[in-house]
Amino acid sequence: MTNNLRVKSSKFIDETYKISFKFNNKTYYGYKGDTLASALLANNIHLVGRSFKYHRPRGIMTAGSEEPNAIVQLHKNTSRTEPNVRATEIEIYEGLEASSQNCWPSVNFDVGGINNFLSPVLPAGFYYKTFMWPASFWEKYEYFIRKSAGLGKSPTEPDPDIYEHKYIHCDVLVIGAGISGIIAAKTSAKNGFKTLLVDEKPHLGGSTIYQNLEHFKINNQISSSWLDKEINEIKKIDNLEIKIRTSVAAFHGYNFLLARENLTDHLPLHQRNEKVRHRLLKIRAKKVISATGSLERPLVFDNNDRPGIMLSSAIEKYSNLFGVACGQKNVLFTNNDSAYETAISLFQKGINVRAIIDNREEVDSKLVKEIEKNNIKIYKGYTVVNTFGYKKINKISIMQLSKDGQKVVGSKISIDCDCLGMSGGWTPAVHLFTQSGGKLKFRDEDQVFIPDTYPSDQISIGSCNGEFTLDEILSRISKKLKDFLNIKKTEYENLEIQSNFNKTKRNIWLLPSDKIIGKTKPFVDYQNDATAKDIKLALREGFRSIEHVKRYTTTGMGTDQGKLGNMHALGIISETAGSKMGELGTTTFRPPYTPLTFGAIVGRNVGEYFDVYRKTPIHDWHVENKAKFENVGQWKRAWFYPKENEGMHEAVQRESKAARDSAGILDASTLGKIDIQGTDASEFLNRVYTNAWSKLAIGKCRYGLMLNEDGMVYDDGVTTRLDENHYIMTTTTGGAATVLGKLEDYLQTEWPELDVYLTSVTDHYATISVCGPNSKKIISKVIPNLDLSDEKFPHMSFKNTKIDKVKCRVMRISFTGEQSYEINVQANYGKSVWDKCMQAGKEFNITPYGTETMHLLRAEKGFIIVGQDTDATMTPIDLQMDWIVSKKKYDFIGKRSLYRSDTIREDRKQLIGLVTENPKEVLEEGAQIIADANKSPVEMLGHITSSYYSPNLEKSIALGVVKGGKNMMGQKLIIPMENKQIYVTVTDPVFLDKENKRLNA
Amino acid sequence: MFLIHCPYCGEREQSEFKAGGEAHIVRPKQPTELSDDQWAEYLFMRKNIKGVQFERWVHAHGCRKWFNIVRDTSNDEIKAIYKMGEKPPTKYK
Repeated sequence: MTNNLRVKSSKFIDETYKISFKFNNKTYYGYKGDTLASALLANNIHLVGRSFKYHRPRGIMTAGSEEPNAIVQLHKNTSRTEPNVRATEIEIYEGLEASSQNCWPSVNFDVGGINNFLSPVLPAGFYYKTFMWPASFWEKYEYFIRKSAGLGKSPTEPDPDIYEHKYIHCDVLVIGAGISGIIAAKTSAKNGFKTLLVDEKPHLGGSTIYQNLEHFKINNQISSSWLDKEINEIKKIDNLEIKIRTSVAAFHGYNFLLARENLTDHLPLHQRNEKVRHRLLKIRAKKVISATGSLERPLVFDNNDRPGIMLSSAIEKYSNLFGVACGQKNVLFTNNDSAYETAISLFQKGINVRAIIDNREEVDSKLVKEIEKNNIKIYKGYTVVNTFGYKKINKISIMQLSKDGQKVVGSKISIDCDCLGMSGGWTPAVHLFTQSGGKLKFRDEDQVFIPDTYPSDQISIGSCNGEFTLDEILSRISKKLKDFLNIKKTEYENLEIQSNFNKTKRNIWLLPSDKIIGKTKPFVDYQNDATAKDIKLALREGFRSIEHVKRYTTTGMGTDQGKLGNMHALGIISETAGSKMGELGTTTFRPPYTPLTFGAIVGRNVGEYFDVYRKTPIHDWHVENKAKFENVGQWKRAWFYPKENEGMHEAVQRESKAARDSAGILDASTLGKIDIQGTDASEFLNRVYTNAWSKLAIGKCRYGLMLNEDGMVYDDGVTTRLDENHYIMTTTTGGAATVLGKLEDYLQTEWPELDVYLTSVTDHYATISVCGPNSKKIISKVIPNLDLSDEKFPHMSFKNTKIDKVKCRVMRISFTGEQSYEINVQANYGKSVWDKCMQAGKEFNITPYGTETMHLLRAEKGFIIVGQDTDATMTPIDLQMDWIVSKKKYDFIGKRSLYRSDTIREDRKQLIGLVTENPKEVLEEGAQIIADANKSPVEMLGHITSSYYSPNLEKSIALGVVKGGKNMMGQKLIIPMENKQIYVTVTDPVFLDKENKRLNA
Repeated sequence: MFLIHCPYCGEREQSEFKAGGEAHIVRPKQPTELSDDQWAEYLFMRKNIKGVQFERWVHAHGCRKWFNIVRDTSNDEIKAIYKMGEKPPTKYK
């Protein structure tokens, strides 16, 4: 069929602007203003996709963001393809390509459709029940389950579009630009509040704007004309910002909201270049007015999911706003007056309405009378019991409802139709309100949840607050706004309103059928194929909580988050289990209200901007010299410097050898540096380090270990006494910020009486470490006037000096076990001092080394790295560093914990050295350590923390933690690997130069 | 995301702050005199209240000052903010 079902022009459609687009590879035409859904319907296409589980043919159900079925894959291009786009939201543009999802080989012939006939054996919890056993088969099952899981295909190439974030601060945020939102925004802005009005649709005015009936009038004008004038006025107000195509995704506490502004999705691809696609708005509003409207409820009856079965309000919208007839033989099925509104709209446009099936027995509103006057058959007190037509509905059968609504009686009547509109009443869109922490209450008379208590400065107005009729909304809105905005009057105090909508409704959550429930398919969640039968099964199997039923049946867990069916699920649970709906509560509505793209979430933070990173002042030199980098915290540190053809291993071996044989140079600028001043600085260090500090002479350096209050090693580093009341503390690279934070915490909260000031100076200094037997010669060339003799400048001391005119601090401290000097110089001189050292060291083959070599060299000496050899369960005693724990000090952080019953256990994991039987065999870091492979179960004694091949010792060395390791010197242990066992011997963790002779060599 | 009124800087976004656990747990002056149980009480035991809770916060990306917050954990309402060393408001006890 190629009939064009465009019936009458609409002011929202530009018929002079024809647009071609492709759906499942076929070209169609629509007009500017069309959504993909309206354009497809105009081309008489209802069948859009297949359902998730049973692969049943599904069509367009709604005309908005609540659409469960008409979701499509956009574009074929591997970088821009996008799954799960709602056809009801996407506006067509020249070149749009869309295709059906979840079907193979095509939406018309889908092999997966077999699941529909298998459905009796695919009940709720099918996967849980079936694939549990035998456990070893899971890997095989998983392959097939994964293949059939998920909707649509993800792009495989990087996203070419630009996204961004924007912060907005406003006095009043109005969500939703329906009649309530327009009135609220205008009132707020005219009273001087800086106001932001957002709506997810491309037009303002909500559903009232296409409401053309004489039955709904404001001040004697048809409601849409009245609203049109209001909209024209608000566009001129200065302090009112209006954003369309903007969907509020999340409403957090303290009136913090996230919204996605869609800027280019409606444009042809060639017009999108260089433009921002989505903008994530981070809105902080003093006051929030929710006018999010309501969603029409479907009705739950057998086979209520066929293409051509739609919401009654959607049919009205397609006809009034897009000028499209959804069918030529329309039947409406309702339990309230809404369908009559649709029916009148349709016949006014000359669209055929065959019949209205109304659950209610007695109905006599003006809307009903007008239908009767026009000779449209109304079946009062009837219900639809079944529908027919595989790929599109072609017939329904109806029966009379019993008085109590629990059964059907009498004989079946068949009615031919090609479109069935259903209206089960309205559900307030309270999703955002509850996200913000708002509590709902249940209103029994019309079975809706409405806002009850507000957690922040906000209100809900209009139909999202359960005010469904024009007169209800307009008679209350003025007072509500006056109270909320604290203003004296509004322009909307004495509106003359005509609204012929009768509010009576006959609510039956699960409509009865002539068949037993097991033989029917009354869908509750259309996207996830959950039926009323599944919910009843879950209840029979003992599930009671709505949250459990949801997960077991997957009701409400699709991309539409059950916007249509959740209330029916609740209703069915309540009726079946005999509990009150108000007490059952709802499932949790989680952000986002409608899906967000990953692009919008990350904004500009992609590629090199994904995370901030820090570079040392010498970074460029490392880059020029082909260093490989490693991330340490947020720092980029030179890892090793491979020469031609060298891999990491070769480079590290060469660098390590050079540092011990002659000279090495390391950029240590990333080490944390904290400047400590004040008359109580020494006392403060006494309290935060395990060792004693009061007697440290000016000009001397000392290594310190810092514990947590639980006694576990937290950080380490060398601190230098620059002056009587002045120290400079170094911390690990990764620990700098947390150490400063911890020290500040103690200073401010536990010891405010201490006169101490802490300043982070990490970025202020470049630190260059020159080590090796020739380091002294190199430094003497760089700083000729400094006396480097061991008497004047011994190990663990410091000098203030100058390189040319540049002041610097030189510390003689060593992390490698070699004689070494650390030059600290104002950061912007770092590069030139480095160059000077390289120049001076040339004759000694000075070799730049990276973090990997640094780790190897310190491991040869058995020096720990906090965070590598420790893991927040290691005390200094466990590390065999008893020497650093002062016995004399009365207290320091963590001291008391060192003799808790748990920390004095002899069988704690303790740091030891390990050498392999085969000196060439290098152990894997993280490998387990055991003693007896035949014991069952095998006892895990510990693990390897550091492991290297030492070029200086010409053997493999490792550090590890082993239960009771301290007392296992010389013992043989086993490292079990996948296909072999490696034999090792426990040794002292210091492998090289135990006497520290090299420090003064 | 909360808005927190730093007593030194004024109202700022929560992202500038860090929470530091329960407030008014005083570090024992003489830890060595405590039994294991007493020390464990100080070290490990914290309240986890649904309702009004006294908490420490620090303006980590601001003035770096620590202060106290009285917060209702059931709805995140901040009821009071006061500086370190000041007496907690009695009406929430």
